[in-house]
Amino acid sequence: MLETRLLRFRYDEVNTFEFPDIRLSDQKEMLILGESGIGKTTFLHLLAGLLEPLSGQVIIKGHDLNKFSVRKRDKFRGKHIGLIFQKPHFVQSLTLQQNLSLVQYLAGKSQNKSKISSVLKALGIAHKVNIKPYQLSQGEQQRATIAMATINEPEIILADEPTASLDDKNCDKAIHLLKQQAVFTGARLVIITHDQRLLPHFKNTIHL
Amino acid sequence: MNIAKLSLQNILNRPLNTLLSIILIMLGVGLISLMLQLNEHVQQQMESNLKGVDMVVGAKGSPLQLVLSAIYHIDAPTGNIPLSEVKQLSRNPLVQETVPLSYGDSHKGFRIVGTDRKYPELYHAALREGNWWRAPFEVTVGAIVANELNLTVGDKFYGSHGLAEGGESHKENAYKVVGIMAPTHSALDQLILTATESVWEVHHHEETDHTESGAHGEEQQEDDDHQHQHHHENEHEEEDKAITALLVKVRNPLALMKLPRSINERTSMQAALPKYEINRLLGLMGVGVEALNGIAFAVILVSGLSVFISLYTALKARQPEMALMRSYGASRWQLLRLVVQEGLLLMVMGCVLGILASRLGLLIIGNAVNESFHYSFSISHWLAGETLLVVATILVGFLAALFPAIKAFRLNISKTLSHA
Repeated sequence: MLETRLLRFRYDEVNTFEFPDIRLSDQKEMLILGESGIGKTTFLHLLAGLLEPLSGQVIIKGHDLNKFSVRKRDKFRGKHIGLIFQKPHFVQSLTLQQNLSLVQYLAGKSQNKSKISSVLKALGIAHKVNIKPYQLSQGEQQRATIAMATINEPEIILADEPTASLDDKNCDKAIHLLKQQAVFTGARLVIITHDQRLLPHFKNTIHL
Repeated sequence: MNIAKLSLQNILNRPLNTLLSIILIMLGVGLISLMLQLNEHVQQQMESNLKGVDMVVGAKGSPLQLVLSAIYHIDAPTGNIPLSEVKQLSRNPLVQETVPLSYGDSHKGFRIVGTDRKYPELYHAALREGNWWRAPFEVTVGAIVANELNLTVGDKFYGSHGLAEGGESHKENAYKVVGIMAPTHSALDQLILTATESVWEVHHHEETDHTESGAHGEEQQEDDDHQHQHHHENEHEEEDKAITALLVKVRNPLALMKLPRSINERTSMQAALPKYEINRLLGLMGVGVEALNGIAFAVILVSGLSVFISLYTALKARQPEMALMRSYGASRWQLLRLVVQEGLLLMVMGCVLGILASRLGLLIIGNAVNESFHYSFSISHWLAGETLLVVATILVGFLAALFPAIKAFRLNISKTLSHA
């Protein structure tokens, strides 16, 4: 499903990263733990095809991401990968509903309002559908990003420090919702974080 | 949701910037379009009225005034010229045809012009109703006059002295409408045409209170008898008879070199060449028009700059969301299109509003002009210059959007997302 081989990435002479090979086939989830500055975000961007590696391969569903053209890689990512970033990002001028509908459009899926409302209902923010996301509370924004990442039912969800800015209570809640959504949509969940609080939630853990 | 809708949402999301850009574009486009329209209308009116008139002869004074008053009927006459001199000129072999004009009276602001049938023929005027005038005090009225004053065949009215409304009326003789002309889109539409003799008699009566008036005032008099009487009178009073101006068609271009000089030097009259005078006038106006156009173009360029600044500052704030869109499957071309569309959308909205504003302006100016000069404007006219204007404006918008769009195209997603 998801596999990396001998991945290396170089920003400049000093900042060169080598990443261990990972392999996710039958498992439903994977937690990748690592300290700050070790290249966690870089690794996630490599997995998502947002960055091209210096050498090595990222293979998702049997396709080597870096053999794709830029356009094909964007399309592939939109279709098969759901991304959650450290900071929640939304299109400022659009409401939550329009943001989700844009995500559907960009992935080439049909724009389905009932799907949007069912995802939002599962995340407990169905009543915020016509509000612009930057007006939501932090916890609500976190849930909205989960909605964005799962609305197209991707095969893989890649999350970068999804709980870093949350307190213990909200951290538990968010990870619970994320796992629950992954199960609902049948996606494999990969989380990269330094947050030790997540350790008890995952069986399959890798240290960078 | 799609890229086009997102463009619209984005420009609506920064209403003040958008408003500023659109107002600037509207101002520039509106001004230039209005100038183009006014120029076109003035030139069209000027040229359509020139038909076949090579030279205008009238009393000495300003040649431009003579042309404006005799051809366009928008200025006061320079004075009168004696009929004896006019007859002498008409016999000149270089002169092909002449049309006498006697004016100075009006009815409710519309000029009464004494002339002969060659005058409407000059403009290929046709009758919509009734007949041409045959006897003094019969009038054939222009299409706009008939419309505005609700005149129909058989109506009677008194002329008043002078060209302004509310002048002293000539109560002795009533004019009778015998015909209405079809529109000619020339000054003729604004005129009340009658026989030269009518104008003579009105003023003759004023001076000497002639007793013969009854005979002329009666309608349906046999033509022969009438003409006969007039003939006698004409010879009798040839000396003090005068007309206001004479429209002249010459036999060859060479005559235009010779005739004006000899008239100006040897007679009490002056000759003016309408083509020359009008070109001089349009040339004078052209300087102002060009200056205004220059300002309007500068405004369009500034509007382009404002579109650029608006898109560029928005882009800086929107880089993370653009990176987000890319990570959810948007292509680089979609982002490029998004930004270009925002620029074009502003320009198109500004253009549409600008053209609407220019039409509104034209309507207002047209109404004002119609009241004072009786010229009507059409607002449904689309000019080739306006197509060029719209294309040029949209091109400015495209260029203004291009740089921010290329920046969006080359966005580094990973860097943007990890630093945001």
